[in-house]
Amino acid sequence: MLKIRNLDSGYGRLKVLRKVSMHIAPGEIVTIIGANGAGKTTLLNTIAGLLRAREGEIIFDNRDISRLPAEKVVFLGCSLVPEGRQVFASMTVKENLLLGGYIRQRRERKGAMKAGIEKVYGLFPILMEREKQLAGTLSGGEQQMLAIGRSLMAQPRLVMMDEPSMGLAPLIVKNIFSIIVRLREEGNTVLLVEQNAKASLAIADRGYVLETGRIVLQGTSEELLMNKDVQRAYLGRDLDVEMKI
Amino acid sequence: MRSRIYLPLLIFIAALIGVQQITSYTGTAYYLTQLTMAAYYCLVIVGLCLMIGYAGQISLGHAGFFAIGGYLSAFLTTYDLTPMKDDRIISFLAKAGFLWTREDLYGGQMLIFQPWAACIAAVLSAVLIAYVIGGPVLKLKGHYLAMATLGFGTIVYRIVLGMTALGGADGLSDVPPFKILPFLEVSGEMSDRVQNYYIAWGLVVVAVFLSLNLIHSRIGRALRSIHGAEDAANAMGIDTARYKLYTFVLSAAFASVAGVFLTHYNGGIGPSEASIMKSVRYVAIVAVGGMANLWGAVVMGTLLNFLSLRGYFGTYDDAVFGAILIVIMLFVPRGLLHMDIVRDLKALLSGRDEEAV
Repeated sequence: MLKIRNLDSGYGRLKVLRKVSMHIAPGEIVTIIGANGAGKTTLLNTIAGLLRAREGEIIFDNRDISRLPAEKVVFLGCSLVPEGRQVFASMTVKENLLLGGYIRQRRERKGAMKAGIEKVYGLFPILMEREKQLAGTLSGGEQQMLAIGRSLMAQPRLVMMDEPSMGLAPLIVKNIFSIIVRLREEGNTVLLVEQNAKASLAIADRGYVLETGRIVLQGTSEELLMNKDVQRAYLGRDLDVEMKI
Repeated sequence: MRSRIYLPLLIFIAALIGVQQITSYTGTAYYLTQLTMAAYYCLVIVGLCLMIGYAGQISLGHAGFFAIGGYLSAFLTTYDLTPMKDDRIISFLAKAGFLWTREDLYGGQMLIFQPWAACIAAVLSAVLIAYVIGGPVLKLKGHYLAMATLGFGTIVYRIVLGMTALGGADGLSDVPPFKILPFLEVSGEMSDRVQNYYIAWGLVVVAVFLSLNLIHSRIGRALRSIHGAEDAANAMGIDTARYKLYTFVLSAAFASVAGVFLTHYNGGIGPSEASIMKSVRYVAIVAVGGMANLWGAVVMGTLLNFLSLRGYFGTYDDAVFGAILIVIMLFVPRGLLHMDIVRDLKALLSGRDEEAV
């Protein structure tokens, strides 16, 4: 579904991603884990068309999208749940959802929008209760649900999520992740970027480890969970200490 | 839904007619002069309100667009082309009906542009300039955008002040009336006072009508999303750069139309119309009105401009608007009409700060 080959990207003269290559098959949950500043968000923003790729290619459904602007990428069926949720705070929940379907709205009948909103409310019943509330007044977890629901309004086939667990209580994180699993069951493909490696590897099929702009490791979730370097760096197990004991 | 949007517009039109009737019964028709001028400033403010309040992009250079409209149309309708009569382009323009001859103050003949042709040229120029500078400038955000538009305003101000062809510090005068229709004329003649009042406010009504439609459409929602979280709006597939540019161009068009009409109404224009203080004044009024509140901007624009033009602020005119901007930003950043008086009183009485809730 998505193939990235030798992708270079960055901001101005600062090169962040170096020769990143990866792929996602339809129906997979793939996670990218890495520390702060590894380039995870840069990677997602480049795929989404918010940042222009310097070199390399991004093939989405047999089409090179590496030089397309964001609105084209969304239209082709690849949408982003941005880092830090970024809901439109001064607008209502419903307006936020309508904006998510912005790219479809011009071409499709009104009914399609309504059906999309119904579907999101089916996934997140709490959003229906808060329909007329301003998005800025929602709790962090509810905002994350809204951000996910908003991205689903564009009827994507690939949903990219940038740190959905950021700043949320563990219980809410669990809830959000169970919804990601449900999205996959409904036929979506998910690219999940996370600092919370434990949680994301638990639900993902495969994972990539990104370090200072390079993919240093890849494998199935089981392989990564068993990998000693991953355990030490991202899962918080101090092997040296454990061995001594 | 629609009716709820247009109801205030109908009330507004009724109020306009009401005010005109009252002034004619009470023999205070002279107020109409300032109300007409205030209307043209309101036109600028409506456009700026779309730009600042809805798209969330500040501009400290809108007096510049007003001046481009006003000065170009004043220049074209007062500059005598007689010496160049035989030039191929000029004779073509004359034949095509763009030019006419008019008697000047000393009884001589002047060959000048028709006001409508000058109007079209002026507004098109302003739109073109907005389009060209808008592209790069609107990539900037926050303070940087404010500085860049301020720079644009300053450039326009220095040009109109420095060019002898534009009259320098004296500005341009003896601008002819603008005949829109055989029986409708934009001019400062006493006898035309009532019809000019309606021409001016008619333009404002049209602009407000267009803006209301824009705000409540899919595009309006997109604009407000830019204000809220531009990156997220981008991620939704909204071409934020294009919408910001279109809003900028539209507001520049409103400002230049206002400039053209007010110049014909006043019979002239001076460099103070292009000054930075004018731009600050427009921004202050949009702020007083409540930023994303079109009606607030119109009401406050009318009231404050009317008071200013009647001379109530005296020599402190500019200072008053500066002070207004500071006070509003400090105490009621959501605008005067948004002030929740009941809640504020309750807070005062109970001695607690309810903002924290």
